[in-house]
Amino acid sequence: MVGPMRIIEKRQLMSADEIRRTLERLAHEIVEKTAGAKDLALIGVRRRGIPLAERLAKSIRASSKAEVPVGTLDITLYRDDLSTVAPQPVVQSSEIPFPVDDRDLLLVDDVLYTGRTVRAAMNGLFDLGRPRRIRLCVLVDRGHRELPVEATFVGRTVETSDAEIIEVRLQEIDHEERVMVMDRVD
Amino acid sequence: MSHRFHHLLAIEPLNREQITFLLDQAKPFQEFQRYPLKKLATLRGKTIALAFFENSTRTRISFATAASRLGADTMSLQAESSSLKKGESLIDTVRTLEAMKPDAIVIRHSSSGAAEFISRRVDVPVINAGDGTHEHPTQGLLDALTIRDRRGKLDGCKITIIGDILHSRVARSNIHLLSKFGAQITLCGPAMWLPRELECLAPNIRRVPRLEEALDGAEVVMALRIQQERLHEPSLAADEYILRYQLTPARLRLAHPDAIVLHPGPMIRGLEIDPAVADSLQSCVLEQVTNGLAVRMALLFELVAGSTDPQDHAKDSAHASH
Amino acid sequence: MLLIKNGRVIDPSSKTDARLDLLIDKGKIAKLAPSISAADALSLDAVGCIVAPGFIDLHCHLREPGGEISETIESGTQAAARGGFTAVCCMPNTQPVNDNASVTRSIMERAASVSPVHVWPIGAASKESKGEQLAEIAAMQQAGAVAVSDDGKPIASARLLRQVMDYCGPLGLPVIDHCEDSSLAAGGVMREGPRSVRLGLKGMPAAAESICTGRDVEVALLSGARLHIAHMSTRGSLEHVRSAKRRGLAVTCEVTPHHFTLIDEDVQYDSHFKMNPPLASREDRDALIEGLADGTVNAIATDHAPHHPASKDVEFDRAPFGILGFETAIALALGELVHTKRISLMRMVELFTTGPAHVLGKNGNSRALAEGSPADITLFSLDREWTYRAADSPSRSRNTPFDGRKFRGGPEATIVAGKVVYRV
Repeated sequence: MVGPMRIIEKRQLMSADEIRRTLERLAHEIVEKTAGAKDLALIGVRRRGIPLAERLAKSIRASSKAEVPVGTLDITLYRDDLSTVAPQPVVQSSEIPFPVDDRDLLLVDDVLYTGRTVRAAMNGLFDLGRPRRIRLCVLVDRGHRELPVEATFVGRTVETSDAEIIEVRLQEIDHEERVMVMDRVD
Repeated sequence: MSHRFHHLLAIEPLNREQITFLLDQAKPFQEFQRYPLKKLATLRGKTIALAFFENSTRTRISFATAASRLGADTMSLQAESSSLKKGESLIDTVRTLEAMKPDAIVIRHSSSGAAEFISRRVDVPVINAGDGTHEHPTQGLLDALTIRDRRGKLDGCKITIIGDILHSRVARSNIHLLSKFGAQITLCGPAMWLPRELECLAPNIRRVPRLEEALDGAEVVMALRIQQERLHEPSLAADEYILRYQLTPARLRLAHPDAIVLHPGPMIRGLEIDPAVADSLQSCVLEQVTNGLAVRMALLFELVAGSTDPQDHAKDSAHASH
Repeated sequence: MLLIKNGRVIDPSSKTDARLDLLIDKGKIAKLAPSISAADALSLDAVGCIVAPGFIDLHCHLREPGGEISETIESGTQAAARGGFTAVCCMPNTQPVNDNASVTRSIMERAASVSPVHVWPIGAASKESKGEQLAEIAAMQQAGAVAVSDDGKPIASARLLRQVMDYCGPLGLPVIDHCEDSSLAAGGVMREGPRSVRLGLKGMPAAAESICTGRDVEVALLSGARLHIAHMSTRGSLEHVRSAKRRGLAVTCEVTPHHFTLIDEDVQYDSHFKMNPPLASREDRDALIEGLADGTVNAIATDHAPHHPASKDVEFDRAPFGILGFETAIALALGELVHTKRISLMRMVELFTTGPAHVLGKNGNSRALAEGSPADITLFSLDREWTYRAADSPSRSRNTPFDGRKFRGGPEATIVAGKVVYRV
């Protein structure tokens, strides 16, 4: 078993301003690569994918005049690691108030790591219908993939060691705004 | 860290937080019932033993469907086929089931306390699907979920429960659950099924033998199933019961105008409930069935998911969500 | 010769409570004096112990013949000796029922060869205890029966009870009845009340017992013979007995340790809390203690009812009624009645000695600690702390709600006919 472990901050990766500018850029890229954005819908992955999706949708709406609905997805039920994660998983609601059939979906999450979350999220989406396309947008790609998954839109790519943790703090959830690299010390 | 729940044997020992947690956990599963593809892989590879020592179609199907939608397999033992008929003891039968390594045992039995009895003798989680005249906790939870959805909140509801209260496990689970949320509970039925000891079950319980009086101002009206066999002991003519206790549209008008009607099923239309009431907009009987699935999925998820292999906490343990 | 030294002798028949030594010779009490020296006697130091006449248990089930999987005369009487009893009365509900002299004789013979304590069988009142025909009562008495009863169930009808009492009167045999109105109690597995409603277990109302006790008292009035109410558990029964005594009837009664210790609120889904009569309400239990204190109750009897673990390890409503009683009786009486100052030590000893002797119609002096009396003696401590472990019992069964219970005071030694049959 893992002994008592401390997690300490190593360095800051992004400031509030950098997050804002990165999201602006991502929104532009998304509009550019989505003709018309008519069928586009964003799906925020709980928890920090949700505010990111909301913010991106706001920017996309402003520049494209498209509706861009936002749904939220809880992947707990789709995890492949229920027996090894947190002592007791808690399921949250998924709120996707639009049909996903034939939709152009963009999954939004904060960090791309092993790729397992994305796999779970896609499973969840397929239970709801058959989307025309699913793309992925992440704020940070930290590498170490365990599945053949890549993001279509990446805010920042960063080299990390396995022991490091990327902590994304967002105003809506954490009442602060920054991205940090943390280190696990045994 | 230990589980928040290891078994679900009764509502009585649970506190408000635990009940609220379970009801909240049922919410995503309510939504799930509306999905076009109702099949998860969450509990893939898990097995739920359904040990039904008493006939029950509805509850067994509900648990079996809940398990199946979570991706679990079920193994089913039914009263007719069980070796209890051949004189095997309950404990031997259940140990045989346990030897097949299920991840949870759902038990329905005609003896009060049977689920608790089993839980003290097996290692896996035990879910009480109704024990004698004691409790039927998942029914209590699904009723509470239905009431909470319709009323917007659970606290302080005025509920009238009609029927054979003395012998009803549904009534007991509802009384224990709702009283923890400050309900005012009116129990109504023929006096021999309404002993004064019922008032000791929880605070704010009153017994009213006259239905018209009992319905006055009720926000929730629950008609219990009248078991034909009970009508014979002590003998009470069915017509007599209908005359005094059938839930009719005229009587329902005495309740709160927005009152909802619950029935644990299976209903005998024309006995405890008038078909016009059963099919009215006030009736929640079908929601109860759907909510039953949601509650049972939430419960199976709670008791079975994440219950194995506390080792193997590699890197995912600290930051699994990426 | 055996010399019991330095003990505190308590003898209800002579109201003795004094520090005395006691010399036993040839199975009888040879001498009782403040300080005895007998160089050739085996000495038993009883310092800190109560030395009392041998305790009698009016009510137990030894299960032999027929129920040897749960208990035998040998295993049961060894447990009785450990519990401080020098004589036990075994109920006739064996298989076959002890309803004729040959069964009675076989019990007596078996006991004579294996039992460390006296076994006094109780014969059935009716053949097979079916409530139809009288059993062979006089023949059983000649073979050694000390009373009659259809215990396990009540004597079926008032008419039969009257006949049994009329018949037993001249024989000097008490009639012991298990009082229960079968129609009111039907299907019940515990006492009816808030707890039974909460647990969803079918209740037997207290009235089921009281009604039958009332019937019995009326029949006793009609017959004039001796009636003893077994394991009384309700205030109503107690009132019936009290008024019968006031009217001068020869009515006596007993209470079990579990009925003055536990109440219906203690009942769990655990068949070790299932007995008949069931555990009573708090009010009834308090009334029983009052009856024990004021003299209405004549005896404490264990209703030792062994059941093999497999038969008890089942759903509550399917389990048989009854619990073990021998080894915890003294400790429960001390803990619940004496240490709590509900009754005096003298009264407690009376409830185990002269009280039951009186019920059986034996001369109270048969329990006296006097020179020339049989040397049946019970030694117990008031303060020694110990823990009851059912697993250590010589009984073949383990059905007790008191397993693991810590006690203050309990049996120290049991002497039957001058022989030490048990010592801590």
